[in-house]
Amino acid sequence: MHHLRLAVHDTRSVSFAYLALGATLGVLVVHSGLEWWWATVFTALVYAGSLEFLLVGLVVAAVPLATVALTAFLVNLRHVFYAVSFPLHRIRGAAGKALGTFGLTDEAFALVTAKPPNEWTGPRILWLQGFCQLYWVSGATAGALLGSLVPSSIAGLEFTLTALFVVLALDAHRTRRDVPTAVIAALSAVVALLLFHERMLLVAMALFTAGLLARRAVSSRRTVDA
Amino acid sequence: MPDHGYVWAAVGLSFAITWLLRALPFAVLAPLRDSAVVAHLGPRLPVGAMLVLAVYTVRDVEPSSALAVGAGLAATVGLHLWRRNAMLSVLGGTAVHVALLSALG
Repeated sequence: MHHLRLAVHDTRSVSFAYLALGATLGVLVVHSGLEWWWATVFTALVYAGSLEFLLVGLVVAAVPLATVALTAFLVNLRHVFYAVSFPLHRIRGAAGKALGTFGLTDEAFALVTAKPPNEWTGPRILWLQGFCQLYWVSGATAGALLGSLVPSSIAGLEFTLTALFVVLALDAHRTRRDVPTAVIAALSAVVALLLFHERMLLVAMALFTAGLLARRAVSSRRTVDA
Repeated sequence: MPDHGYVWAAVGLSFAITWLLRALPFAVLAPLRDSAVVAHLGPRLPVGAMLVLAVYTVRDVEPSSALAVGAGLAATVGLHLWRRNAMLSVLGGTAVHVALLSALG
């Protein structure tokens, strides 16, 4: 009961976005000609939002499985950076760590890293992740079931995801007020967008990490000089 | 309608690749957790990752909907700085965006 209440509290900032976006995905699934229950299967098993949206188009176009694999790899490669900050060591046991890494979405990463690692217990992280996925699967399933009744989805609802990432960025910034980090990130994102557009994610994360390391090298040299 | 076996294979591949990308880096980084570089990067990555993702989601904005996106962003940020209520900020920002999009569209 305690964990349940905490999980509802910990996920209240993402609940609406997950339900609304999940519903958008569900509508897309049935409008693309797939049976409604694929929305449940996608969200329960793949559990990587941006990939699931892409996957609908890919399987409807019946692209080769190698293309599916490459897309999954490129879209989710950014997750390799998350191991640096996510406190997986708070979760005990192989099964727990397996669940914790399976549920390591962008949103779960942002929610958990917004607090110092020692404020988290393993069960609290896992319950948070469980609730995130519960919202996501429920939203998608409901959207798919209702989607067969409505002619088309509301235009612009995908902005929910943009708004959510902006909110999570602001909350992350509030945890650690470090303006140069935000500036380096914004520059990295814009440069990667202009140069690589659709494939910007990985380049932006690499530029951002390189920028942070360069800044650290410069400031530590200054400290030595002084 | 695509063949079920094919879609299951696509789902299985996506599941396996996504999970490996999320899990394997921990095995690589485990010995480095106490290193100074990881300690420096760890707390700074989240804000950057979220900013990068936010930019990524608006990468395909057409000039015709730029105003709706700008207003939605302003509403989201304004609401969040004012009330610090994530659900309100996401809901309000999206409402402004959707309303402008349908009004101008």
